[in-house]
Amino acid sequence: MVVIGGLAAIVVTSPGWENVQETFFSWPEFKRVFPDVLDGFWLDVKMFCVIEVVVLILGLAIALLRISRAPALFPLRLMGAVYTDVLRGVPTILLVFLVGFGVPALELEGLPTGPVVLGGVALSLSYSAYVAEVYRAGIDSIHPSQRSAALALGLTETQALRHVVLPQAVRRVVPPLLNDFVALQKDVALVSVLGVIEAFRVAQIEASANFNYTPLLAAAALYLCVTIPLARIVDRMQRR
Amino acid sequence: MSVPVLELRGVTKAYGEAEVLRGIDLAVAEHEAVALIGASGSGKSTLLRCVDLLEEIDDGDVFLDGEVITDPAVDPTAIRRRLGMVFQSFNLFPHMSVLDNVALGPVRAQGVPREQARERGRELLARFGLGGRESEHPDRLSGGQQQRVAIVRALATQPRALLLDEVTSALDPELVGEVLAVIRDLKAEGITMLIATHEMQFARDVADEVCFLHEGRVLERGPAERVLSAPERPETQRFLRRLLEAR
Repeated sequence: MVVIGGLAAIVVTSPGWENVQETFFSWPEFKRVFPDVLDGFWLDVKMFCVIEVVVLILGLAIALLRISRAPALFPLRLMGAVYTDVLRGVPTILLVFLVGFGVPALELEGLPTGPVVLGGVALSLSYSAYVAEVYRAGIDSIHPSQRSAALALGLTETQALRHVVLPQAVRRVVPPLLNDFVALQKDVALVSVLGVIEAFRVAQIEASANFNYTPLLAAAALYLCVTIPLARIVDRMQRR
Repeated sequence: MSVPVLELRGVTKAYGEAEVLRGIDLAVAEHEAVALIGASGSGKSTLLRCVDLLEEIDDGDVFLDGEVITDPAVDPTAIRRRLGMVFQSFNLFPHMSVLDNVALGPVRAQGVPREQARERGRELLARFGLGGRESEHPDRLSGGQQQRVAIVRALATQPRALLLDEVTSALDPELVGEVLAVIRDLKAEGITMLIATHEMQFARDVADEVCFLHEGRVLERGPAERVLSAPERPETQRFLRRLLEAR
């Protein structure tokens, strides 16, 4: 508290404070841009919700490929490994650029060209690679004796996975999954580089038009409204 | 003589360099109980896992009701549906209620209608003193109760034979009795069993035949009373003496 108070005092009494206050904390400016930024933020929230569902399903599919045992499935296992290695190894913003500008440049019929969709695809690719590894760690953490017990009852490998291993694994990885949700919610702003007018982009445009950075703070406040409650949920689940 | 329910002929199994089973011959006739005794690492658990096709054998054959089950063409799932297995550390499913643990096999593996499987599960649980615990999760039960649930779970699929892998080794001493009592009841009912155990008194009471495993071979076998009271092989004598001293 003392440290924070001290820092605040230093900032407020600094020689440039008046200018900073005007360009970053202008209340009239905040009120003026807030509705527009909020409009943009709805797009963030909508994209987040859709991408999250895609990521949860795609991630699980990749994880299941990677844990398969049958020798015949080796090519699929290899594909799964390459997928997670490559997509986790590339900066997300780079992936957004590559998909967002690369796919339309192919000029192929039937492929989506909208920046919202392509940005969503890029984020789904990146995050499903992370989430696949979270799932896989969860599945690996279930003791093999659980699988043995399921097989001994006469269940098939698939049934053992579906009814015994996965339900336990998923329960275990809920906290790390939520952690990735928080990260994704913020990273949705990356699609702005494709020209999508979402909260960050709206704020940026307003800020450069008036040489006032308050809109950026408005956007930050909106992100926090979602990420802080999410973080609290993560905490609570981890404590259980 | 009629065909044994379970039979092993020349079964071998190695993990890399380590030969765990070196040519096991064994037969369990209907309504009989055969006890496998021997030091830890003598191959008892591996033998049971091989019979339930949870491990692949390297050589030899295992027969169930006279039919080879260790042929690659045989579907292991279909065979496991005809056998029941109980594990040392229970291996109950912690995310399911006791009743769901018991009903899972009949419903998923044998296609029994859900309500019917649950009804039969309730009856079985009640019979083994677990009435009223159906909706609890396994971690709320004592070790002895958990192992009894595991036995009920194995019985619920009405197996041809029950494979028991040191079912009391993970239990506190005061809980061993209740589990052994259940197995004695099963023997009295005529359930065919292959039992790996460290409990010699129990083996004497329940087993028709005792096999002493040593370094992957059956060194000595015979009626329980004879093998346990008057062992012929020096290895068997040494093993039994050590157990006695450990008391």
